[in-house]
Amino acid sequence: MSFISLLWVLLLGSLLGLELIGKVPPTLHTPLMSGANAISGITMLAALTLIVKAEGNVPLLIIGSVSLGFALFNVVGGFFVTDRMLAMFSRKPSNKK
Amino acid sequence: MNLPVVIKFVIDLLAVLLLALGIKGLSKVKSARDANRLAAFAMSLSVIGLLSYYLGTSGIAIQSWIWIIIGSIIGSLFGAILAKKVPMTSMPETVALFNGCGGMSSLLVALGVAIFPISSGQENFDFFKSLINEVSISVSIFVGAITFTGSIVAMAKLQGWLSTPGWTQSKVRHFVNIVFAVASLIAFFDLINGNTSSIWLLVIVSSLLGIGVTLPIGGADMPVVISLLNSYSGIAAAAAGFVVDSQLLIVAGAMVGAAGLILTQVMCKGMNRSLVSVLFGGSLSAQSTASSGSGEYTNITSCSVEECALTLEAANKVIIVPGYGLAVAQAQHTLREVTKKLEQNGIEVVYAIHPVAGRMPGHMNVLLAEADVPYEQLKEMDVVNPDFPATDVVLVLGANDVVNPQAKNDSSSPLYGMPVLDVQEARTVFVIKRGMSAGYSGIKNDLFDLPNTSMVFGDAKKVLNDLIGELKDLGVGEK
Repeated sequence: MSFISLLWVLLLGSLLGLELIGKVPPTLHTPLMSGANAISGITMLAALTLIVKAEGNVPLLIIGSVSLGFALFNVVGGFFVTDRMLAMFSRKPSNKK
Repeated sequence: MNLPVVIKFVIDLLAVLLLALGIKGLSKVKSARDANRLAAFAMSLSVIGLLSYYLGTSGIAIQSWIWIIIGSIIGSLFGAILAKKVPMTSMPETVALFNGCGGMSSLLVALGVAIFPISSGQENFDFFKSLINEVSISVSIFVGAITFTGSIVAMAKLQGWLSTPGWTQSKVRHFVNIVFAVASLIAFFDLINGNTSSIWLLVIVSSLLGIGVTLPIGGADMPVVISLLNSYSGIAAAAAGFVVDSQLLIVAGAMVGAAGLILTQVMCKGMNRSLVSVLFGGSLSAQSTASSGSGEYTNITSCSVEECALTLEAANKVIIVPGYGLAVAQAQHTLREVTKKLEQNGIEVVYAIHPVAGRMPGHMNVLLAEADVPYEQLKEMDVVNPDFPATDVVLVLGANDVVNPQAKNDSSSPLYGMPVLDVQEARTVFVIKRGMSAGYSGIKNDLFDLPNTSMVFGDAKKVLNDLIGELKDLGVGEK
């Protein structure tokens, strides 16, 4: 992909992000932050690319693997913890009375 | 276009769409949980898309598979264990830790590419292309390092492992940080000039910059910082997307980066702080002890738990104002027991949630939800404020600045203009507090001096436990 089209992608992605969150109830600030945080672990794709393209270069494989580990720690932990928080909101009505 | 390219394109498109829907859904209570799962699904989809693409084109070597599996298992395992084990009260530092690791990941990718240029036909030297490559590597390293060290410092401060060193409150810190920033800039240009070794300088100074910027910030402002760093980790991911030429990474990173900025803005508004003053103003308490607002209390009424119980028993309507102190004392479950007793006696109980109650916005809702408080009893500030005049008793538990009438009445107060709960309108206010120390802002709370306010001194959990005992003696809640 040419650099220019990548810049377009960046611009449109940013605009989309700005539009997505308009009015958030304060209740959801913490879960939203944590969920968005998990998504930023998308850099795991970059780590995967690095490993696949390493072509037997062991130091590079190790760097990629460590990077992948960090990213997945972010992703898996982030989604789980967000789910744990949100589970507490949805469980409520059944407990009433 | 061959088949793997088409498949990857379709999967990427779908993943972006689902991620966007996920973020959107996360901002509404009803859809939040499903949205979170949707986003998680989109992430796994993107991995499948990437792997299938390489399987269909260049293939993936066995060796690569091994390292992929090692990295994923270790990372996922630790992430899952931490997410399951961590208590809800430590949520802010947990998010900070996860976030820092995301930044670290981007940093490592850029570092790897910088040290060992990946062969993908870029051998034919193209000045423009290599410039872009170096810029994106530098940005990825710079932002990634700041995200990592900043988040780790934020986590350590929230955990209480790290205090705010005195020198960081003086003007010296601006000088120090400017030095780090200038040094990063020098390293950056050096790198573009082809001096590869300066990459290490960039790593070191940007890491130090992350520490230098975060260290002076006080605990109250930390949530804003974490949210901002969360936005940075999105930017770092987008930069890494330029490094490895991945549109999906750029879109997702940019989306998180922009959404994080908005969220940071929203949080700042709720706390009546500007982003600039959070980042460069230092700790709020350090500022205001020097300035006005601190004064002597003249009319403090303290009372026993027994009196408090008697008043509660006679009440018709009680509003609970929970705050940071409640979270620290981990007393939310004990509080729930107290309110259960009151409810059994036919007393109406409502929780007034200030937008920044707890340790970060929305944190108090999570904590009370964990203690089985019905969602309908949690009232937001604007909804509950008109109710105070018709309320018999207000119990303030570990909240301070958010119930300070100064924010409304005293235009010279640093708190002036911050939205607060009008608890002083109620007939009786009990403030359960360990001592007379000031809140985050370090400002005297005029509420404590009012004739209808009584202080109940003690640790929130202990006082609530005593309160349960007293209520029991009064026969409250026994059917």
